[in-house]
Amino acid sequence: MRKLLLAFCIVLVGFVFIGRLFYLQVYSNNSNSILNDNAIRKIYEYPKRGFVYDRNGQLLVANQPSYDVMVIPREVKTLDTLEFCGLLKITKEDFLKKYNRAKRYSSRLPSVFVAQLSKEDYAYLQEKLHKYKGFYTEIKALRQYETAIGANVLGDIGEVNQRDIKKDAYYKLGDLIGRQGIEVSYEKILRGRKGVKYIQKDRFNRNIGNFKNGKYDKLPIPGKDVNITIDAKLQEYGEILMRNKRGGIIAIEPSTGEILAMVAAPTYNPNDLVGRKRSKNFTKLYNDSIAKPLFNRSLQGVYEPGSPFKLMNALIGLQEGIITTNEKITCQNGYKYGGSFMKCHCGYNVRNNVKDAIVKSCNAFFATTYRRILDNKDNASLGINVWSNHVKSFGLGNFLNNDLSVGQKGLIPDRKYYENAYPKEFYSSYTISNAIGQGEVQTTPIQLANMVAAIANRGFYYTPHIVKAIKGESLDKKFTTPKYTSIDKKHFEAVIEGMHRVYTSPKGTAYSLRVKDIEICGKTGTVQNYAIIDSVKTDLTDHSIFVAFAPKENPKIAIAVFVENGYFGSRFAGRITSLMIEQYLTGTITRQDFEDWILTHSLENEYAKPYSGKPFKINKQTEYQVVEKNPIDIERIKILRQKIND
Amino acid sequence: MIRETDRHFKFDWIAILLFFSLAIFGWINIISASQSGEEIHLLDFTKSYGKQLIFIGLSLFLILLLLSVDSKFYERFSSIIYVISMLSLVGLFIFGKNVNGATSWYGIGGMTIQPSEFAKVATALAIAKYLSDLNTNIKQLKHQINIVIILLIPAFLILMQKDAGSTLVYGAFFFVLYREGLPKLYLQLGTLLLFSAILSLKFGIIITSILITIAVTIKILFFSAKKIRKRIPKIIAISAIYIGFAFAVGYVFTNLLPPHQKDRITIWLSLEKDPIKLERMKKLEAYNLNESEKAISSGGFTGKGFLDGTRTTGKFVPEQHTDYIFSTVGEEWGFLGSAAVVIVFVLLMLRVLFLAERQKTTFSRVYGYSVAAILFFHFLINIGMVMGLIPTIGIPLPLFSYGGSGLWGFTILLFIFIKLDSNRINEW
Repeated sequence: MRKLLLAFCIVLVGFVFIGRLFYLQVYSNNSNSILNDNAIRKIYEYPKRGFVYDRNGQLLVANQPSYDVMVIPREVKTLDTLEFCGLLKITKEDFLKKYNRAKRYSSRLPSVFVAQLSKEDYAYLQEKLHKYKGFYTEIKALRQYETAIGANVLGDIGEVNQRDIKKDAYYKLGDLIGRQGIEVSYEKILRGRKGVKYIQKDRFNRNIGNFKNGKYDKLPIPGKDVNITIDAKLQEYGEILMRNKRGGIIAIEPSTGEILAMVAAPTYNPNDLVGRKRSKNFTKLYNDSIAKPLFNRSLQGVYEPGSPFKLMNALIGLQEGIITTNEKITCQNGYKYGGSFMKCHCGYNVRNNVKDAIVKSCNAFFATTYRRILDNKDNASLGINVWSNHVKSFGLGNFLNNDLSVGQKGLIPDRKYYENAYPKEFYSSYTISNAIGQGEVQTTPIQLANMVAAIANRGFYYTPHIVKAIKGESLDKKFTTPKYTSIDKKHFEAVIEGMHRVYTSPKGTAYSLRVKDIEICGKTGTVQNYAIIDSVKTDLTDHSIFVAFAPKENPKIAIAVFVENGYFGSRFAGRITSLMIEQYLTGTITRQDFEDWILTHSLENEYAKPYSGKPFKINKQTEYQVVEKNPIDIERIKILRQKIND
Repeated sequence: MIRETDRHFKFDWIAILLFFSLAIFGWINIISASQSGEEIHLLDFTKSYGKQLIFIGLSLFLILLLLSVDSKFYERFSSIIYVISMLSLVGLFIFGKNVNGATSWYGIGGMTIQPSEFAKVATALAIAKYLSDLNTNIKQLKHQINIVIILLIPAFLILMQKDAGSTLVYGAFFFVLYREGLPKLYLQLGTLLLFSAILSLKFGIIITSILITIAVTIKILFFSAKKIRKRIPKIIAISAIYIGFAFAVGYVFTNLLPPHQKDRITIWLSLEKDPIKLERMKKLEAYNLNESEKAISSGGFTGKGFLDGTRTTGKFVPEQHTDYIFSTVGEEWGFLGSAAVVIVFVLLMLRVLFLAERQKTTFSRVYGYSVAAILFFHFLINIGMVMGLIPTIGIPLPLFSYGGSGLWGFTILLFIFIKLDSNRINEW
């Protein structure tokens, strides 16, 4: 026994050690990867973020340097806080708050003290920074908007938050990520891939050289430049026209599905969301719950489409064979169904064929058509599903599945949708409002523009998209493959003829909106709407809607214009439509009277009404708010016309 | 007669092979631990690995010298060697050079010599000599006291030089003495004292007292022939001694121990209840341990490879080429390499023990036993400390840690025994 005690102890300790080694190295060792090794410092190199150009190659978004002031708390020596705070434009409380935050994070490691100094502030600071030990600057790239337009299209970038990091391990604290617009939809292409350098550090956190001579280092891959489909001039013109108004303009090139302009009003200058002022300005925009400048009305605004939707019912009626192109339906200054009556303004005993009906926007004609479509089958339940499918084949009632970061489905009801309201019996008269684009039907401006593009193409459309070209990459197939509607080509001519006569016929709702030498086909719309004021449903002035495409043959542009509370379709939306079309097709305008009218008429008074707390009048009783032309806008228009002539 | 040529083959080549494999692997790890990413020039003698190469070369001469001396020399001159060694320790108080707070070195030219590394050998020789004396009976208290004096002189001198780790090594002789017939009572006493010390620190005096009393009661009731009634006073008396000891430990811990040692024990036993405080303590007081554990852990199963240990290269573990050399093994050679080192150490110690048991003279046996025990203590304390199993005590890992004195100390320690062993055939 005595002889064995030491031998026993030796063997026992041997086993204990091996056990401990196993525990440390095999059992609790998580990863050997250099990414998790905190003896290796990873220094990221940020690539250039891709530039954004418009369809004609005009530079819209570039980059600018910004400077972060960094601090390593343990290296900070006593300093003249007053002067330092002055240089950084912060208060002493801010200074202490930031300093303590950095210290809490780590006294050895650098953290951002003040982010994103402007070039001017940096130049000033740089001269004096050497006096402040422990502080230094780091360069970072920010966006530089070469234009004041297209905030909703171009979007912006901001620092990642914890959620982004959790979702995608690529991002590290302090990285920038697309927040809105194209910056979101093409984030991965624009950002490129950051490079990384592995640096061996010692226990005092000093760099002592490249890890393995840079064997694992990766060079940054620069982001790719993107050409977007937007025509910067058209976009700018649209934004100028929409000043003092709320709503949206969407213009699409029917032959490609490219979005030529996407105006959301009110808008803001994209440069407001760059750098240090971003968070302050963003909060301001975000909190504006009345004008909602961050709300992209052309993509997210869900409205009843109103009269332009009648085009759909005409097409479906022709396709289903329940009306013919020459068949006339009598309007009795309205349409009687069940015990109700839908008013119209045609007059008594007026007989309209489909073209006349479009020209006059005859409610009775489309109510009849709609009911016939639904009753064409055994029962309205089947009929409404047939109707619904036809409508949906135009891209209405669902996401367009495009490359825009936001969107709305809208609503095209089918039998299932009505099951709650009408569980048993279901007659075509129950949903008669759908005939004239009201009732349950809801669309977004971009869906309407796409519908018009499909009509302009006589039966197909390309998914509307914002990307025109990415260097070295081909476009997504879904943007180059036509999507066919369920309406045969031959049925479009009558409808298009009707839309054309809206402009050319003296009875047409857009007769006054004609533009010389351009064959425009369009349709006005006026949509009732209301707001809840003090829990009372109060009618507001109608929305003004207009859809159109031009020229009639070989269409180049399809457009939907939506002006909130603009009353008649022809009043605001119609004028803007004519101006936009002419501007796009010819580079200038002949209807100077329209431009003058639009620039001098504001709807701000209209928008103030629900918040005024006083009773107000709507529609016909509305008084125009006339404003002075904005001299800056006049200058901008002049410049954008000039460029064309160059 | 035995011819000269045959005698060489009587050396235990297994032990020699194990010795050299450890020394060479140790040197390889010193290379890693003393570089920081720059190019390696093995013959750069300004670097630790270059110096260690010289030390290893010199130890080869030392080995030849040790093996060529007549084996009787060691026994005959053991007392003189002991006295000289003790004088060299005393001399430190006058001529010693202070390094990191310990006065354990002589500075000769550019070199430093640490006499405590050689004092172990001298003490082992002295103990072997004393126990092999036919007049010595280890069962007698008088002789036990003499033995304790032989051990306490170097232990005390070294402790005075603030080298607590090297002092602790003299505890290794307990195994030797027990092997040579020290009464069992001492083993029980020692074990129980150790346990009561740890228990009282960890669980407090009350629980410890209860446990001690139960243990003592069981011991006396079952292993004593006397009547129960007569045993009760004995139980009480013995328990009281232990409990008194436990109190003393608590007192020493809270009032007498230097703060850094107190913290080391606090961390080891997790005495601090507040986890945040404990974590902060670990970062501050056990920085080395913390980093060393992380370095070992980061090695994983196969290790990062020679010179590829990022924590070693980055010098995250202070003193890595000396006391913390095992963390380099852990990081660069992983579980496979570190376990291999542990196994080779175990084999070397078992081999020495095996050889010791087959010695024909008491002197050789006791000396061999001392070699194994001293190696064991270094092995236990150093690797245990580096892996956080026992509190931080500064003590080198034999043949691995950088340093000439340490390497030569162990070379002399082992090769005297190899020489003694080779000569056993001539003994009777």
